[in-house]
Amino acid sequence: MTTTTTPAAASTTVTEKPVGKGMRFTNAAANYIDERTSISGLVKELGRKIFPDHWSFMLGEVAMYSFVVILLSGTFLTFFFDPSMSHVTYNGSYAPLKGIEMSAAMASTLDISFDIRGGLLMRQVHHWAALLFIASIGLHMLRVFFTGAFRKPREINWVIGFVLFILAMAEGFTGYSLPDDLLSGNGLRIIDGMLKGFPVVGTWISYLLFGGEFPGLVVIPRLFVLHIMLLPAILIAALGVHLLLMIINKHTQFAGPGRTNDNVVGVPVMPVFAAKAGGFFFVVFGILVLIASLFQINPVWNYGPYDPSPVSAGTQPDWYIGFADGALRLVPPGWEFVLWGWTFSLNILVPVAVLGLFIVMVAIYPFIEAWITGDKREHHIAERPRNAPTRTAIGAAGVTFYGVMWAAASSDLMATHFRLSIEGVIHTLQALLIVGPIVAYFITKRVCLALQKKDREIALHGYESGRIVRLPGGEYVEVHQPLSEYERWRLVSYEDYKPLMLRPNDKGKITVGMRLRASMSRWFFEDRVSPATKGELEQGGHH
Amino acid sequence: MGIDSTTTDRRGKRAGRRHPLASVALILAGLVTTGGAYALFTSTATAETANTAIVHQQLVDEGKALFDANCASCHGFNAEGTAEGVSLHGVGAAAVDFQVGTGRMPMAAQGPQAEKKPVQFSDEQIEALAAYVASLAPGPEVPDESLFEGEADLANGGELFRINCAMCHNVAGSGGALTEGKWAPSLMGVEAKHIYEAMVTGPQNMPVFNDLNLSPEDKADIVAYLKFMEESPSVGGIGLGNLGPVSEGLFIWIFGLGAVVGVTVWIAARAH
Amino acid sequence: MAKQDNGESSAAAGSAVENHGAVSVSSGTAVVASDAFTNPGLPPHEPRVTDLDPAKERRASRTVGMLFILSIIGSIFAIVAYIVFPIVPGDMLSVRLNTLFLGLGITLALIPLGIGAIYWAKNLMSSHEHVEMRHATRGTEETRAAAARIFTLGNEESGFTRRKLIRNSLIGALAVFPLPAIVMFRDLAPAKDPVALFKQTMWDKGTRLALDPSGAPIKASDVTIGSVFHVIPEGLEEADHPLDEKAKAAVLLMRLDPSALNEADDRKGWSYDGIVAYSKICTHVGCPVALYEQHTHHLLCPCHQSEFDVANHCEVIFGPAKRPLPQLPIAVDAEGYLVAQSDFHEPVGPSFWERSA
Repeated sequence: MTTTTTPAAASTTVTEKPVGKGMRFTNAAANYIDERTSISGLVKELGRKIFPDHWSFMLGEVAMYSFVVILLSGTFLTFFFDPSMSHVTYNGSYAPLKGIEMSAAMASTLDISFDIRGGLLMRQVHHWAALLFIASIGLHMLRVFFTGAFRKPREINWVIGFVLFILAMAEGFTGYSLPDDLLSGNGLRIIDGMLKGFPVVGTWISYLLFGGEFPGLVVIPRLFVLHIMLLPAILIAALGVHLLLMIINKHTQFAGPGRTNDNVVGVPVMPVFAAKAGGFFFVVFGILVLIASLFQINPVWNYGPYDPSPVSAGTQPDWYIGFADGALRLVPPGWEFVLWGWTFSLNILVPVAVLGLFIVMVAIYPFIEAWITGDKREHHIAERPRNAPTRTAIGAAGVTFYGVMWAAASSDLMATHFRLSIEGVIHTLQALLIVGPIVAYFITKRVCLALQKKDREIALHGYESGRIVRLPGGEYVEVHQPLSEYERWRLVSYEDYKPLMLRPNDKGKITVGMRLRASMSRWFFEDRVSPATKGELEQGGHH
Repeated sequence: MGIDSTTTDRRGKRAGRRHPLASVALILAGLVTTGGAYALFTSTATAETANTAIVHQQLVDEGKALFDANCASCHGFNAEGTAEGVSLHGVGAAAVDFQVGTGRMPMAAQGPQAEKKPVQFSDEQIEALAAYVASLAPGPEVPDESLFEGEADLANGGELFRINCAMCHNVAGSGGALTEGKWAPSLMGVEAKHIYEAMVTGPQNMPVFNDLNLSPEDKADIVAYLKFMEESPSVGGIGLGNLGPVSEGLFIWIFGLGAVVGVTVWIAARAH
Repeated sequence: MAKQDNGESSAAAGSAVENHGAVSVSSGTAVVASDAFTNPGLPPHEPRVTDLDPAKERRASRTVGMLFILSIIGSIFAIVAYIVFPIVPGDMLSVRLNTLFLGLGITLALIPLGIGAIYWAKNLMSSHEHVEMRHATRGTEETRAAAARIFTLGNEESGFTRRKLIRNSLIGALAVFPLPAIVMFRDLAPAKDPVALFKQTMWDKGTRLALDPSGAPIKASDVTIGSVFHVIPEGLEEADHPLDEKAKAAVLLMRLDPSALNEADDRKGWSYDGIVAYSKICTHVGCPVALYEQHTHHLLCPCHQSEFDVANHCEVIFGPAKRPLPQLPIAVDAEGYLVAQSDFHEPVGPSFWERSA
């Protein structure tokens, strides 16, 4: 199954040597376990599995390791945290809150911070790891999107990954709410307000979630159960399936000499990949602990206990909820009406619907692209973003759209830090929300096509050497450095699609679906740049 | 873990929290409001035997001269106010001490907000200006420094700060945005006296917090809480500007993820 | 229909994996040029310095060992820091130092451990690139046929499709059995009507306006022009659920120059000599709208930047909110204290479906 590029096969060398004492124990232990678990089959199957080596293939690992750090630090926190909203009078060691009434959740959070050695460190590790967890999932998704790694057979795994992203955000938000401080309490208040804005069921959903009126006495324990039990259980299960499918499908790889759609070129799990991945876990863990020991995050003692009356300037959610908060901020005045006595809160429903549509489009994008290309083959070569210009441009437009909403969540900070007016910032962002993605789309597409053309130039004519030579006839030309075939292969090996020709089907008809598909296909592929071919190279420098 | 898990009566608790020194502070504050200014002005008298009323009149005259030269173009020659500047009748010495003492006045240019900048006048000149404006109509006096001495109730200060101030100035006192390009400034590094004066006089668009809303001890507690935040070390580490989740999010994307991606590039790079 | 698109290109589907299997699938609109470049294969292996120079290999090996030893030192340092930098209750600096040094110790235990393992893998373990073949993800035809046979057998032996009554009633039973679980969610909240609760607050005729948080009642004469008072109803602390009540009843009390107030005719009696009281709960999604500017008379919500004009009955002048903040009608009682004339005349806070019903 696995072949190495050198004839010396590693498998036969070890067993011949006399067995040392340590080795004898290892052998006995391995024998003991295998006789009870058949684990040798698993080791044989997976132990020398090949993983391609590219930095961008490790972003998912970052997410997984952050999650492990979250589980470890979170477990420590549960030993001390009291998820109760019953009122207590704080009598811990933080002087400015002594004698203040607060929930037991807030008081125990303060005790973790000020009275448990390493408690504040673990709180900060947990929170920083949560931010990194979701950020690395986001970056991982961008990598998968822009390299087309979601194509068959990985569409389902894309959807599972998407579910993991949503679960991670849900974990983040429930966790953010648990300390019951002023910031998170106002966050819950916003959730309450949004829920109430939903037609027909909104009032009841809010009423049931909060166990009565806001804030009530039950929402923190309920969120706690979701945060430490239900959501992690689903998350771990989905993560398991995600990894299992990754093993079954094997990892994608970038095009390169020797790399084909039929093979995986890289390093084996034992020992190189295991050492790198294991080492990387400790590095990610270490970076998180380093950040947590140097940088303060969420100082709940500054915010104080939740009270429905106060609020802080700069009330923002954690970064991953920012896009939703920003969408709410960008709604122009007056988007609400009453019809037949029922209140329609469009100022809530429209941003929710737009965001809903946006994330649904993200989730189903692989199926849309597969339908447009009609390509049913398996794809294991990760594409360079420039070689799928329309997809890359769509991605850039999506990132811009998300980015504008995200920026809107900090409109007040932009106003104060750049000496602008809040109103001006909001109006600019409202315009950018519409214009930005369109501009980003066209610029990105043009840049991709230009890069493809440049790749073609280089593949056919070589690199510009910067050396100007005068020919005998007096003409000046720049000498081009020819490419090695390995370098060239990287530039010319990519998928090329042509726009779909509209032809009548078996019944001699052209349906609306066919027309739609043909126009989508035209949109995707009409200005494609084909990869250079041998024939073109042989024609040489003739343009 | 040191939590008294019984609910206590809020008002009972508050009454119990009042410090014995508070009554002393109250008497001092009373002295300040009645004869404080008088006492202050006598301290600047050049001769011990001088008639304090004459000295005070000299100070007012000096203030009037300074006012006419530096302030009257906007506030009018009798401080009655013009289209460019508000009337200063009744704003009191505290308003002058705050506005001029923090460099906000005189303004460099008309704008949505008078910004803090280097102070333009000497302490004596500010005192003279304050005396002149105070002589036009009664208003809040410059607080006596003794108000900020003695032990304050930090918890009371913190609670009142969150209810009355944090919505504009941020729970960490790092400031925030207002409408139409205005902003609430950071309170870190501001003199106790100036914080107090701002509460009493309501500079620019800040509302007034009179002594019936927040008593002088309440105000002193708020000042003490701000000073506690300013002076005590940032417990969890570097505070990232105390701007909340936005700076935390930017940090993790740029430095956290940046560092991790740097490591991935190193891991994937071939060794020499 | 997809089949038709690829008349000229499917045969040339290049290196698609499916070529190993028995089935060929559509390549859609993909084009494969007949004279495309061919894959040159893996470039020759280049040895590293540690492969060629035994001295460098020994040095790399020592580096890894030193990194692992450094990690041990870090772990020990963390344990020592835990003891040497205890938390002194009330001393913020001690918390800072405990967090810092414990954290740095753990960092020192983790990062060299990770770097050591990676360095080992990169410089000392085999650097040969390995090639593993892929196989089509779909099972082989035999496997698929076997799976289909199992389902057919299962169907035959159980009679699942033949015995229609059993099948349909089973599907029905499976569809209905989760319903009790949904019903059981009803008691997540008490058996009251939420709509009625959301529509009324603690304010009532004669309820005194009191200072937040002390609960001291406020006299009209206390409220000078330019002032803002954060107000709760008197007796809030005695309520069954003070926070729930406060979340609806929080009020902002301001005094403007009476000439600056533009009052509607039907609300002229709701203020007292320029003193007005408005709900503090934003009509957008419920944040406290508390940023009052005494000269512009603007109120700003710090969460989503809705702006309200106090001089004009708190109408929305900017931002996502639609409705003005509800006004609390106030009066002065015999002792000069401010009191409410009644509850709010409309529900406070964010909109909800049944709000106007």
